[in-house]
Parts: sequence; C-alpha cells; structure tokens
Amino acid sequence: MQELVNIFIKSIFIDNMIFAYFLGMCSYLAVSKTVKTSVGMGFAVIFVLGITIPINYLLEKYVLKQGALTWLGDSFADVDLSFLSFIMFIAVIASMVQLVEMIVEKISPALYGSLGIFLPLIAVNCAILGGSLFMQERAYNSIVEATVFGLGSGIGWFLAIVAIAAIREKIRYSHVPGPLRGLGITFIITGLMGIAFMSFMGIKL
Amino acid sequence: MSEKKESLFSKKNRKLLKDPLNDNNPVTTQVLGICSALAITVQLKPAIVMALSVLVVLSVANVVVSLMRNLIPSRIRIIVQLVVIATLVILVDQVLKAFVYDVSKELSVFVGLIITNCIIMGRLEAFALGNKPWKSFLDGLGNAFGYGWILIAVAFFRELLGAGTLFGYPVLEKLGLYEMGYENNGMMILPPMALITVGIIIWIQRMKNRDLIES
Repeated sequence: MQELVNIFIKSIFIDNMIFAYFLGMCSYLAVSKTVKTSVGMGFAVIFVLGITIPINYLLEKYVLKQGALTWLGDSFADVDLSFLSFIMFIAVIASMVQLVEMIVEKISPALYGSLGIFLPLIAVNCAILGGSLFMQERAYNSIVEATVFGLGSGIGWFLAIVAIAAIREKIRYSHVPGPLRGLGITFIITGLMGIAFMSFMGIKL
Repeated sequence: MSEKKESLFSKKNRKLLKDPLNDNNPVTTQVLGICSALAITVQLKPAIVMALSVLVVLSVANVVVSLMRNLIPSRIRIIVQLVVIATLVILVDQVLKAFVYDVSKELSVFVGLIITNCIIMGRLEAFALGNKPWKSFLDGLGNAFGYGWILIAVAFFRELLGAGTLFGYPVLEKLGLYEMGYENNGMMILPPMALITVGIIIWIQRMKNRDLIES
C-alpha cells in the first residue's frame, strides 16, 4: 500500500509530466488559453492515461518482453519482441482513443460534449506515449502499480495545464512587452512554475 | 499542360527550404515539437543526435506519405501516417542502439517520442498530403533544420553555462575563467531553464521580426 501511495505522489509532483519531462507540451501550449477548455483536456488525459497504461503493461508483460511468450510453449522462451514496442504502443493508444470516443458518445452524450473534441487530439499527445514508455523503462511490478502511475501522471498533467490556463487568463490584463506576448511569456512562466515544482524533489515517502 | 517545368532549386523551392529556419520556424512560430526540444538539450551531443534522427525521419516520412498521398483514404490517414512514422522511428532507434549506444541510453524514451513529435505529424498533414515528393522532401529538410538549430542553440548555452564544457571539452577551464572566480551556473542544467532559454530565443526572434508579435 505504502509503495502505491509513493508511486502516486511521485508521479504527480516529483516526476511531473510537464515540469520534469516536458511531455505533452504541444497541447499544453495550444489548449491552455482558457480554464474551461483546459479542464476538459486535463480530464481527457487522465482518462486515456488510466486506460492505456494498464493495457500496454499487459502487452509488455505477455507479448513484448524477452521471454514473455513462454505461456505459448517452451520454444518461445527466448523470443524478444521489444523492438516492436513503439508501433504496438502507438497502435493501442490510437485504437483505444477511437474506442473510448465511440463508447463515451453512446453512453454519455453530456460527457462527450465536453471531452469529445479533445479525444482525437490525444492520440498524438506525447504524454500518453511517454507514459507507456516510462512504464516500460521503470518496469513496474504489478498492473496495479502501473495503473496508479498512469492516473498519477494524468493528474499531474491536469494540475499543470489548469494552473497555466488560470495564469494566462489573468496575464491578459498585464502589460507584457510586445515580442514576449503570447508564446514567449507562457514559456517563461512555465519555467518559473517548474522551478517551484522542483522544491518537491528529494521528498522520500 | 502549359505549366512550365520547375527546376530543382527554383526560387519557390529554395523558399521551402529557407523559411522554416527563421520566420516560419517549427519550434518558435508553429509551436510544434516542443517536448523533445526541451528534454534532451542538457548537452550538445545528444541534441545533435536527436536533430539528425528527426531529420531522417521527417524527410523520409514526408517523401513516403507524399508518394502515397493519392492512395490513402482520408478517414484512416492518421493511422497510416502513424504506421509510416513508427516504422521509421524503429529503424532509427535500432541504428542508434547499434552505433552510438551510450547516446541512445541517454535519450531513453525520447527516441520513441519522435513518433508523437507534432512536427512530423504536422508537416505530413499540412504539406506532404498535398504536394509532390521532391517539394515534400525539401519541406522536410527545411523544417528539420529549423528544429535542429533551435535544439543545438539551446543545448550550446545550457552546456556552456551549466557545465562549462562543449561536447564534454572543458572550454571555460582552458580559458582560465575559474581562476578569475567564475563559477558554473548549476541552474542551467535543470529542466525549467530549458523553457526559459527557448522563451528568450522567441523574444529575440520577435524583436527582430515584428510581424510575428501576437496581439
């Protein structure tokens, strides 16, 4: 249990997707103009990360890793398919996003109305593929750990985009030098927020 | 067809190559491919390897998609593009692992993340789907160079100011700056400074070209 809490907190604050690894920067910069849309985008990211990371974990454990195919028979024991992981992960992500979009549209039109437009954007969000690749690199022990990591990273991303959107809404009333307006000041504010987030570094739970 | 045959390096084609270097830079103007631009710029060497990898993937993917542009049904084009890109990235990854293993370890997941690097998707969508192979090739080269020089510029400043070295060679020590009381700024190595460095590059670029200023 303690291990799970540790992974959760670590993936939200210390290994924050945006401030420590710059993953998902493109949509982070493009969608963060108002708080309302960024909340929608943030929820969509949490949702998709929480679904794709466990699936990719199973794929990694039972298909891709060296010796993962032993369940098919002993002759498969030293097959190593890990070079295929990029293409498998991205295929899972693209198809899951499509599937989730269809299911959400069918079951809850209200949720679709608020999340719908963001879902196609997410297939090419580096945070999603990055999450799966980090999961592979860090080799979590169980599917529960991988899921907790996925949800935590999603929540970290959500916090970051909502915070920057709130700042960008307010900064419209300030006098920013012309050439810095828009993109430039957003970069610099994100950098400053990153410095603030670095104070979480070194916390051991 | 009354259209005149264009020479390989006509003015229009040269524009395709030159524009992304400055006025239409993929990182600072089109806001594409930021993720990887920032994460691997602590040192010059991985930055250059990354720039070359993107150069290969982008120009080849542009040509391949441009050759197939009339065959791809528009509804499944994203999946087709992803497959093309992912295949190329796997090739690049295997080559890196074979020849420069230490750099490949350092880049870790970011080689894989070339797949979702929005520069590549963006250029395929915006250019290769509607243009001939040679033009798409030039567009790919131009954009990859535009991306590359930002990467290298950021890495140059971060390595020089943060560690006092260039390509691992202790430049500042040889110049004798440390004896005069100079100290490295450890802050430059930390991730947030990459964002601030890009912010400053954008600032300088927009000061020179006032048309790019956002209202």
